[in-house]
Amino acid sequence: MSKKTVLATQGAAGEVTNSQAQQPVEKRESIWKDVLDGIVSNKAALVSAIFILLLALIAIVTKLVPGILPYDPYEQNLAESVQGPSAAHWFGTDIQGRDIFSRVLVGTQITLVVGLAAVAISLTVGVLLGAIAGYKGGKWDTVIMRIMDMMLAIPSILLAIAIMAALGQGIEKAVVAIGLVAIPEYARIVRSEILAIKENDYVAAARVIGDSNFAIVFRHVLPNALPSIIVRATLGISSAILDCAALGFLGLGVQPPDAEWGDMLGRGRNELFRAPWLMIFPGLAITLTVLAFNLLGDGIRDGLDPKSRKR
Amino acid sequence: MSDNGNIASPELRNDDVLLDVQHLTKLFAAETNFFGKATSYVHAVDDVSFQIKRGEAFGLVGESGCGKTTVGKMLVNLLRPTSGKIIFDGKDLTAMKDSERKSYCKDIQLIFQDPYASLNPRMRIGDIIAEPMIANNIVPKDKVEARVNELLECVGLANYMRNRYPHEFSGGQRQRVGIARALAVNPKLIVCDEPVSALDVSIQAQVLNLLDDLKEEFGLTYLFIAHGLNVVKHVSDRVGVMYLGRIMEIAPKRSLYADPLSPYTQALLSAIPAVDSKSKRERIILQGDVPSPIDPPPGCRFAGRCFKRLGVCGNSVPELREVKENHRCACHLYDPELPPTEEMTRAAR
Amino acid sequence: MLLEVKSLCTEFPVKRGVVRAVDDVSFEVSEGEILAIVGESGSGKSVTSLSIMGLLAEPGHVAGGEMTFDGKDLVHLSEKEYREMRGNDMAMIFQEPMTSLNPVYRIGDQIVEAIRTHEKVSKKEALTRAIDLLRKVGIPSPEARVRDYPHQMSGGMRQRVMIAMALACNPKLLIADEPTTALDVTIQAQILDLLRRLREDTDMAVLLITHDLGVVSEIADRVVVMYCGQVVEEAEVRLLFDNPMHPYTLGLLKSIPRLEDDDSKRLYMIKGMVPNPLEMPPGCHFSDRCDSCMQVCRERMPELVQVGDHKVRCFLYEEQDGHAKDAAEVKANEEKAREAIEAAREVSTAEALIEGDVAREAEEGGADER
Repeated sequence: MSKKTVLATQGAAGEVTNSQAQQPVEKRESIWKDVLDGIVSNKAALVSAIFILLLALIAIVTKLVPGILPYDPYEQNLAESVQGPSAAHWFGTDIQGRDIFSRVLVGTQITLVVGLAAVAISLTVGVLLGAIAGYKGGKWDTVIMRIMDMMLAIPSILLAIAIMAALGQGIEKAVVAIGLVAIPEYARIVRSEILAIKENDYVAAARVIGDSNFAIVFRHVLPNALPSIIVRATLGISSAILDCAALGFLGLGVQPPDAEWGDMLGRGRNELFRAPWLMIFPGLAITLTVLAFNLLGDGIRDGLDPKSRKR
Repeated sequence: MSDNGNIASPELRNDDVLLDVQHLTKLFAAETNFFGKATSYVHAVDDVSFQIKRGEAFGLVGESGCGKTTVGKMLVNLLRPTSGKIIFDGKDLTAMKDSERKSYCKDIQLIFQDPYASLNPRMRIGDIIAEPMIANNIVPKDKVEARVNELLECVGLANYMRNRYPHEFSGGQRQRVGIARALAVNPKLIVCDEPVSALDVSIQAQVLNLLDDLKEEFGLTYLFIAHGLNVVKHVSDRVGVMYLGRIMEIAPKRSLYADPLSPYTQALLSAIPAVDSKSKRERIILQGDVPSPIDPPPGCRFAGRCFKRLGVCGNSVPELREVKENHRCACHLYDPELPPTEEMTRAAR
Repeated sequence: MLLEVKSLCTEFPVKRGVVRAVDDVSFEVSEGEILAIVGESGSGKSVTSLSIMGLLAEPGHVAGGEMTFDGKDLVHLSEKEYREMRGNDMAMIFQEPMTSLNPVYRIGDQIVEAIRTHEKVSKKEALTRAIDLLRKVGIPSPEARVRDYPHQMSGGMRQRVMIAMALACNPKLLIADEPTTALDVTIQAQILDLLRRLREDTDMAVLLITHDLGVVSEIADRVVVMYCGQVVEEAEVRLLFDNPMHPYTLGLLKSIPRLEDDDSKRLYMIKGMVPNPLEMPPGCHFSDRCDSCMQVCRERMPELVQVGDHKVRCFLYEEQDGHAKDAAEVKANEEKAREAIEAAREVSTAEALIEGDVAREAEEGGADER
């Protein structure tokens, strides 16, 4: 036997023994338990999850009890304009003299809402289109997927800008724009998952017992595609946040005086050398949040994928 | 289970016939040209006819690629026949519209080969068994649970297992869940597509015995698809042998196993490894592989590997004709219009 | 003796403990002999063969015992020495030839490479030998087929190519792991016929790993029956098939549907299922499923003892001190085991199955509480 074949056979043999030894141990109760397992067993994901929960807490508390903030994030105080970080203003102040620390905290509200809402839009539409394309096939598939391909051919931020230009400014419109441009990614993932799941005997079994197409898709096909949808959605939140920041940076997102990290970043860019804190702190907030969602997504993926969990 | 000797000749009309398959053919496009038109076809099932009586178990045997599974899939409406008729309970299913056909679908159920792929991993066992009843609206909502328990008991599973997921079960237990699901709608015909070939030896007997018991208990009719003649022998009353999409031989069990007429059946029987020394048979080792079913050559499909081949075999397709009582065979060795062969005189005795 | 395996133990550490996939397994293969190891999934038969080949996947490892092949100690062989030996003196074929053949190389090139890794010969010479090998394993027009890619061949042909490749360096031992399981019956008959012929021509020993008793009966000389990682019975092939002693072997043989069976009788079935390797019943591993189970079987593990011409692990034939019972008692107990099986045939399937499941549950529940 050549080295090559030994290697090839080794792989095949390894799988056999592994599955034999692992079979009795591997248990899968529900997806959500796996998600939790994945997060808990992965340190980075656990820290990220705690960080995200903290952000959510900040967003809720600052919304309900704005008084808890050291300063009013919207109140201009030109007397204290562009001051560096100090005991009074931890993150310094911006050109209008507003406290950056307070504004970064308040910024979590918009960031999280935009991230979640945009993903909700792209998830709903994307899953629906992907499911139709994958399950129906034929003409449906061709038409839907060609439209998705066209959308994917345009850089998403450019497309979002174009949509914003058509819709006008405003945070709701940013959500719609960001949500729309991400649809093709979900549609593609769902379609390819469904194409694979559709071949399973249990889908044939559902047809034999007389299930309607609707029941087959929603009871048999989509629940089994859920793991990859969950992972994609978690990672999708981070890209939505990034898109939102990018639109804000370009001045297309929120209307002043609302606090939004990308917008803060954009307004600070002219003073980069004179007052770097104008950009450092919102930038750091964006980076950490995006990183946290990415790490969380990785942890969830490992939890849902039994193969990577073994290691 | 005893051999049913008085099965009427398939040519005769018989009210007891539950399933009458006539000239069933299924072609799959093997290659398509630029415009998506098929240029060559896989002849998966080619002019297959057989009948199954009520309460009978009919075995359909053949090697991989012979089309036996395709026949099963057409019966349960997972595939549409290219031509031919499926007459079930007196109604031609192939002539029906989809909406009309649906009400007959539940009467033909399928037990799958792979117990791992045929149960939805995200559903509880109880829900899997309840689903066909709910989908077909045959059991009132409040009775579903009781019925699920009853079915679990029928297949030898304990009640409390209904809340578990498929991965908590062994292959044999999963196959029993599959059987319970098929039984849930009180079908008239159950197509068993190699129900034990994916199971361990000691578990195979459990499932075969269970199928046998259930047949007796509920008066079921089976189409039992398998790749080995030994597996179907125990459960079938009559057996059909397929090769490359065509039926080679159909006979009552006793007649087929005692006196196989088609050379292919003879080879298939002799290829079954014997376990005891006292039952050692003379072995026929066929040369070559099963040829490709894409645009098969004219003549008998088996001609290329046949050890009793005649000159005519490569040119004309032998008809499935009755050689002995109820024992039909598609082979030129038994063609009355050709010069008599040794086999023919033997069969005539 | 070509291959000697003594008290081999192979373990797989998993999350909830250690799975002992092979537990104190001993057997021998002599030159030119075909030894079959039979067992169901989870019996440890494949892990045994992988342990011998040194191909265990992490984290599995040999935890104890001795293996000698042709005078060489296998347990302490380095990876490099192993690699030299595999393919040279010892070759292996697997169940699914498609995964063992590289899909992007012509089969001729793959055999040529196999020859040239172990022997210094020119490419041309190796190719001539490859063609000879293909002819030897019964591939028609081998001159043309060496240029084929694996996907152009049928399953039976691919298995022949795998055998040809295994034969490339005239190995002394061929380990065949379920070589015919993926094949159709008529093709299986061809491959078995080929293996038989090769053994006669080359005097190569074969270690056949399979779950199919029919295949064993066709070509093996001697049989080792494994259950849950242990050898439960060993005997010459005809002896074992005509006079099985261990209730598991007996049950396996009875549960195969046979052509000469009386169909009015129900098939015998072994109740229950293979226990979870982490929750083995105390005592004999087969006790839960055995129709002749006694009190002692639930308490202690019987030894593998020589009883007549068999080696068997069962208290029916063993005094509790590890010695065989006398011949008359053995005979009587054999009869008793047969009767127990005939009696078990009559129980309704669903009832028997439900009983087995509930018993197993109760035991697992107990294990969880501990």
